[in-house]
Amino acid sequence: MIRVVLPHHLRTLAHVGEEVEVQVEGPATVRSVLDALEASYPVLRGTIRGHVTHRRRPFVRYFACEQDLSHELPDAPLPEAVVRGAEPFLVVGAMAGG
Amino acid sequence: MSGVRVLVGTRKGAFVLTSDGKRQQWKVSGPHFAGWEIYHIKGSPADPDRLYASQSSGWFGQVIQRSNDGGKTWEAAGNEFAYDGVPGTHQWYDGTQHPWEFARVWHVEPSLTDPDTVYAGVEDAALFRSADGGRTWQELSGLRRHASGSSWQPGAGGMCLHTILLDPSDPARIFIAISAAGAFRSDDAGKTWRPVNRGLRSQGIPDADAEVGHCVHRIAMHRSRPGVLFMQKHWDVMRSDDAGESWREVSGNLPSDFGFPIDVHAHEPDTIYVVPIKSDSEHYPPDGKLRVYRSRTGGNEWEALTKGLPQSDCYVNVLRDAMTVDSLDSCGVYFGTTGGQVYASSDAGDSWAPIVRDLPAVLSVEVQTLP
Repeated sequence: MIRVVLPHHLRTLAHVGEEVEVQVEGPATVRSVLDALEASYPVLRGTIRGHVTHRRRPFVRYFACEQDLSHELPDAPLPEAVVRGAEPFLVVGAMAGG
Repeated sequence: MSGVRVLVGTRKGAFVLTSDGKRQQWKVSGPHFAGWEIYHIKGSPADPDRLYASQSSGWFGQVIQRSNDGGKTWEAAGNEFAYDGVPGTHQWYDGTQHPWEFARVWHVEPSLTDPDTVYAGVEDAALFRSADGGRTWQELSGLRRHASGSSWQPGAGGMCLHTILLDPSDPARIFIAISAAGAFRSDDAGKTWRPVNRGLRSQGIPDADAEVGHCVHRIAMHRSRPGVLFMQKHWDVMRSDDAGESWREVSGNLPSDFGFPIDVHAHEPDTIYVVPIKSDSEHYPPDGKLRVYRSRTGGNEWEALTKGLPQSDCYVNVLRDAMTVDSLDSCGVYFGTTGGQVYASSDAGDSWAPIVRDLPAVLSVEVQTLP
């Protein structure tokens, strides 16, 4: 199982706690994790990445294992610690001050 | 006893304000969807317990919420607003062509007869329709594909379709308005459209009386007289007596004919309300005095309504969807400000009192008159 940590607003939207777990078929990548997440929580479709383009929304970031994976290719393998469930995959709302 | 339910959209959530028919004591529920921008909430005329809300965020995009119990509970509906076919381009601020990109839903307009049918006006300007309670959305693309579409350009707030008026006497007739393209009318339920801007003059565009390009802020009609339309334009308050075929200015003695909302008294089709705002750059009331202006003559002759409203040091704005009327007798009038106040008048505007004073900036106010 892949552990996914969601930002506050998406937790309230999906009516879940801070962390959810998703089962991924095949290699664990950003794309496959988000596919599984959206399959389990359809309300999240369009909130993390575009409906059609599947491009990450501009103010959303993907972190794991103290790395920013936002600019990795969507089919790049996730870190082993995420695959093992030792570390979560974080979906983060970018910081904006003011 | 009859009552009212006021639906308030703000920069940081939605609020539902309820009262009995006296409209003196209020109960405040919210924030719903805390932290999200709620551009608009509106109830179905066919089923007052069915509400639709546009919830959006710069981070997480668009969500449509639906309630089946008058706003006590909500469920997320569909949020996929895909333009029909290849979207093409429209004019950008710098004169270049810019791809049509969905940003948000500005306005939801439930059908007059079917609770599951609802229209959505979006940025970049397009009209969508759902016939399944908001689960799926289809663009009425004849509007965006109008020959003038590539020449439309955004106003400062984005290129938004913000006004949708459904003609109660003719199910095939729909009016919409876009900033800054102007007003359009369909007579075939949204398949085809034509601009209805004759008579508008706008100094901010190269051809002041062009067929399109006008920054229309809001249009209102009285349901008993749908051929008569009232418009608050970027500058000028306008009136049409022929369903938009032609317009004439009725700004009359207003202290400023700039503003955003306009609405019509529920029982007097020639009584209309506006909130004059100083200039197109300062966006606050003239002289720091918050005044609603009422015309009982369908325009031109206006009276200031000030009782209960701040008459000094007031520098809020009232946005285009932030004024509405109920259908009780006497007619209630409501508006919300960017300072977070929602004011109500239970005597057609003669006197006002705040329902709430310290909400986030108010984006929209609608009211339902309940049996």
